[in-house]
Amino acid sequence: MVDPWTIFWVVLTFGIYIGIAIWAKAGSTEEFYVAGHDVHPTVNGMATAADWMSAASFLSMAGLIAFLGYGGSVYLMGWTGGYVLLALLLAPYLREFGKFTVPDFVGDRYYSKVARVIAVVCALFVSFTYIAGQMKGVGVAFSGFLGVPFNVGILIGMAIVFVYAVMGGMKGITYTQVAQYVVLIFAYTVPAIFISLTITGNPIPQLGFIGNAAGTDVGMLEQLNKVVTDLGFTEYTSTTKSKMDVFCITAALMFGTAGLPHVIIRFFTVSSAQAARKSAGWALMFIALLYTVAPAVGAFARMNFVDTVNEATYIQDSENYEERAAQILADGGKPVPEWYKSWEKTGLLKYDDLNGDGVMQYRGPAAPDGIANEVVPNRDIFVLANPQIAKLPGWVVGLVVAGGLAAALSTAAGLLMVISSAVSHDLLKRTFKPDMTEKQEMFAARVAAAAAVVCAGLLGIFATQLPFVAQVVAFAFGLAAASLFPVIFLGIFWKRMNKEGAISTMTVGLVTTFSYIYYFKFGGGTSDQWFLGVSPEGIGFVFMWLSTAIGIGVSLVTPEPPQEIQDLVQDIRIPGQRTSHGMAEGGMTPAE
Amino acid sequence: MATTNKQDPEGYWKATIKLTISLLVIWFLVSYGAGILFREALDNLSIGSAPLGFWFAQNGSIYVFLALIVIYCRKMTQYEKKFGIKG
Repeated sequence: MVDPWTIFWVVLTFGIYIGIAIWAKAGSTEEFYVAGHDVHPTVNGMATAADWMSAASFLSMAGLIAFLGYGGSVYLMGWTGGYVLLALLLAPYLREFGKFTVPDFVGDRYYSKVARVIAVVCALFVSFTYIAGQMKGVGVAFSGFLGVPFNVGILIGMAIVFVYAVMGGMKGITYTQVAQYVVLIFAYTVPAIFISLTITGNPIPQLGFIGNAAGTDVGMLEQLNKVVTDLGFTEYTSTTKSKMDVFCITAALMFGTAGLPHVIIRFFTVSSAQAARKSAGWALMFIALLYTVAPAVGAFARMNFVDTVNEATYIQDSENYEERAAQILADGGKPVPEWYKSWEKTGLLKYDDLNGDGVMQYRGPAAPDGIANEVVPNRDIFVLANPQIAKLPGWVVGLVVAGGLAAALSTAAGLLMVISSAVSHDLLKRTFKPDMTEKQEMFAARVAAAAAVVCAGLLGIFATQLPFVAQVVAFAFGLAAASLFPVIFLGIFWKRMNKEGAISTMTVGLVTTFSYIYYFKFGGGTSDQWFLGVSPEGIGFVFMWLSTAIGIGVSLVTPEPPQEIQDLVQDIRIPGQRTSHGMAEGGMTPAE
Repeated sequence: MATTNKQDPEGYWKATIKLTISLLVIWFLVSYGAGILFREALDNLSIGSAPLGFWFAQNGSIYVFLALIVIYCRKMTQYEKKFGIKG
């Protein structure tokens, strides 16, 4: 069954994205890489929010929090706190530096082609691991809701991104991301408001979250704690993770966020350091609209799931749902909810009647009544099924699918930009073929973007046959935190940091974090071997200190950077002072 | 931006560093402090019907993060005027 509203929303939104692409065709490399450096801070903030919020934020995060309870806080704080670091420590200075890419800054600031190439490797690695997940999300949305085979779904997604990324570059991406933000935030908050009304009687989810359960004077969270512990789960407001681990994962996600190239390049598109600061504020505001609603949705969904599904009498597909449900109600029982039956077909919900009583028992690992769990919900189900749980009209249901696609495509586009500019600008123009004309560079950028779209699609298609797609995201944040963040930070705040130090920091961060994650995710390591009790998700934070310390040590025993570089650093600290610095510019004038 | 004052890049940079450090201290306290390290203690208090430490970890810290960036933008604009820096 394919819902006509879903098709309507998906076709409509895709049409808008293509329309924007045609309107925003890039005419120069400056437009292609950084949208001409003149995007309004609010517009850029909105684009950054869409760029940042991926399929994982939109579809999976609330569900993840619903299952993890307090443990889910690492994502909430980690993925928002990074913006404070960006706004205060990186964005305005990088904008003042005024170039096109993250490796551009590393290569120029550390006057080294080697440093530039290592930064390119980091950027490519981070971006490719991230983009595979987005493409997978696109494939899932298409195959689950539009009746299109998984691989064809990915091909359609690729074709759309291809059109606006290859034609419009950063300019096309910026304005499509704005449209995508509007779609995704609407699709997320409307169902949340109605769920909040159902569970707490308060229309504002953030207030419902701290309010009482509807019609009682018991706190919603307090009641949820009781409900889940009665079924043998961990108390909702606590976690089984160690404090040290929660600390490190949160920190790795924060520093990783601040070091992610696809987020950083968005701040090159505004007109000044001041605009970059404001833009970071707008970005966090637009992100917070979703991120403060997500924990409320998670808690409501968990509560609702237990209320409506646990101890419900199952209705077979062969039976007439309405008749059987009426009969169960008349017998004083609870029929399985209608939304459950309609989502069961997607495979996101599984019921296995272990004790053969035809009733669905939902239990935790330590169930006091000793009954085995029979119901296994997928974490993505909560956001997807929300509109139906809240009994919203059909057109809202379809909108959620369009919202999920918007989240996946906007993030994929931002990542493609990083990949294409790293290849055409940093590897070709600035390292191996400096005599390229602007026209040739533009052509190279388009070819690189096109090739990246194809690679990403193939990754999406093949990576899903492997079990570790979700696992590799830990790589992206860990590597960004341990390698890119420290070199950019020290490059701005410590003039003495030199080429040798930067190369050591990036190499140490890359090698240690990669090996640790690889060992524990794929090499058979077990959790009792964790260094200081820190899981692979949080290790980037520990190795960030190590790589920073080694980089500082190496810098101090090797010659200090040339005077021109120290002058350059002085310039980017003070807005409006940026001048050209010969060797630091690699033969280019600053893009001011 | 109108620059009535004499340019003082050094004063500007010092003020910037001071502001950055103070805001980062608050950033650390609301997230790692209230949300993680001292959560159990704060959970004895509540905001609405939610335990306070838990609320900081899932909602409160995000509001504070946003406020920090807003304060930073305002202050930096003031500094740019005060020290005669073109923003």
